[in-house]
Amino acid sequence: MPHNTVAVVGAAETTELGVIPGLSQIGLHADAALNAMADCGLKPADIDGIATANETPVQLAHYLGITPTWIDGTSVGGCSFMIHVRHAAAAIEAGLAKTILITHGESGKSRVGAPPRSVHPASLNGQFEQPFGPMGPPSMFTIPVLRFMKTYGVTVEQIARVAVVQREWAGKNPRATFRSPITVDDVLNSRMIAYPFRLLMCCLVTDGGGALILTSADRARDFPTKPVYILGTGESAETPMISQMEDFTSSRAFRVAGPTAFGEAGIAHKDVDHLMIYDAFAHLPIYGLEDLGFVPRGEAAAFIGAGNTAPGGSLPLNTNGGGLSYMHSGMYGMYALQESVRQMRGIAPAQVPGAKISVCHGVGGMFAASGTVIFSNQAP
Amino acid sequence: MATPGRALPQPTPETQHFWDGARAGELLLQRCDDCSKVYFPPRPFCPACASRRVSVAKASGKATLYSYVIHHRPVPGFTPPYAIAVVELDEGPRMMTNIVECPQTPEALVLDMPLEVVFEPQTDSISLPLFRPAKG
Repeated sequence: MPHNTVAVVGAAETTELGVIPGLSQIGLHADAALNAMADCGLKPADIDGIATANETPVQLAHYLGITPTWIDGTSVGGCSFMIHVRHAAAAIEAGLAKTILITHGESGKSRVGAPPRSVHPASLNGQFEQPFGPMGPPSMFTIPVLRFMKTYGVTVEQIARVAVVQREWAGKNPRATFRSPITVDDVLNSRMIAYPFRLLMCCLVTDGGGALILTSADRARDFPTKPVYILGTGESAETPMISQMEDFTSSRAFRVAGPTAFGEAGIAHKDVDHLMIYDAFAHLPIYGLEDLGFVPRGEAAAFIGAGNTAPGGSLPLNTNGGGLSYMHSGMYGMYALQESVRQMRGIAPAQVPGAKISVCHGVGGMFAASGTVIFSNQAP
Repeated sequence: MATPGRALPQPTPETQHFWDGARAGELLLQRCDDCSKVYFPPRPFCPACASRRVSVAKASGKATLYSYVIHHRPVPGFTPPYAIAVVELDEGPRMMTNIVECPQTPEALVLDMPLEVVFEPQTDSISLPLFRPAKG
């Protein structure tokens, strides 16, 4: 894909984040979509492409009054929205649609109008994982970590440090759910969830949503917002079963999606001013930094511990506070994308001065899928 | 012994042989007749080369502890804290399981410790492959 030919022109989160019992799941999608349309001065009649996850794009098109010529219902977990951006950029370049809306809404905490979570007992997960007592991501996404720690000599204190650094970023963000500073001891004294993971090493569970609107770079100049260009994207999938990952110290999906995006963008790691790595749990930024090639194997925990990703560090990471402190409705990817767009627009609460390139990397399921988007605010 | 309430597998035509084997006290893996890949979970073709010429063979039941968590939250059929483990079979594939006849503590559950399979009946048709510290 030639880079810089598609841009984000509309971006917004739901009016509120946190606990929102007054809106159903599709209502959260709609609130975010209406905010994104208002952000860039569009009406539903101006939108001709729609992508979403969890809800179907048919539901959203009808609910919002959109007549699409292009729809995408890719729903592969929290990185679905990174993958929607990739597909939407390709669709705009191919002429399948001119103006594409991507929506996310999730009543993760209040569970209003949200489908029940279940694993079918005849699925491979249902037959070969569920009988052994996992209950959702806190007891499964975390299973590879002891192998990672043994392989690279990483300590639980180093993993706890990830949560501490992200709380430093959250403290700068008025919309973050948790803003009070924490220490490594605070993390290690919080309630045990699934050894070695304690509560503060696990993401929040909240309600919210977000939406993006993309169009061609040529048209983007006519919008009131500062265009955020898409330099490169990548996507991949590995396995729906955490037990069947090829390597418990690395995600194959990360290793495919990340380099694909860097290749498309034609940039090097040193060009990256701002980084988002989906952090449902404290180990994910460690895996992401290594699998995306920002640091050598086994060095990410020490890299974070040395303050490189903290405020004032050389590689600002998860500057909204991340899923650990900002918000996490279940499919967090949209909020990471929103923070990248804010940073590229220059309006983030914890703005990285002069940032020109932002990498936004997502995970789907539990190391099941991945999507990467590289943004720039520099005109083509 | 049975642990009432835990989620149980619903076999499909492609996996029935595995669950029949478990009920009979055998851990069954599949092996590709063309490329010799030994794989899990069951499917009627080789995930490495797509050959449909595959055979079912009894595994040794020997494994090592690859990774785990110790879950501290309540789940039907389990008494927390309990370990959810992934073991690496001597034949190569890995599988999720529980570790039995062993304290559910980080001190007792040491990565790479040798394990052996035991089968725990749940119903007349389903026995689950669990692992315990190897005895010999």
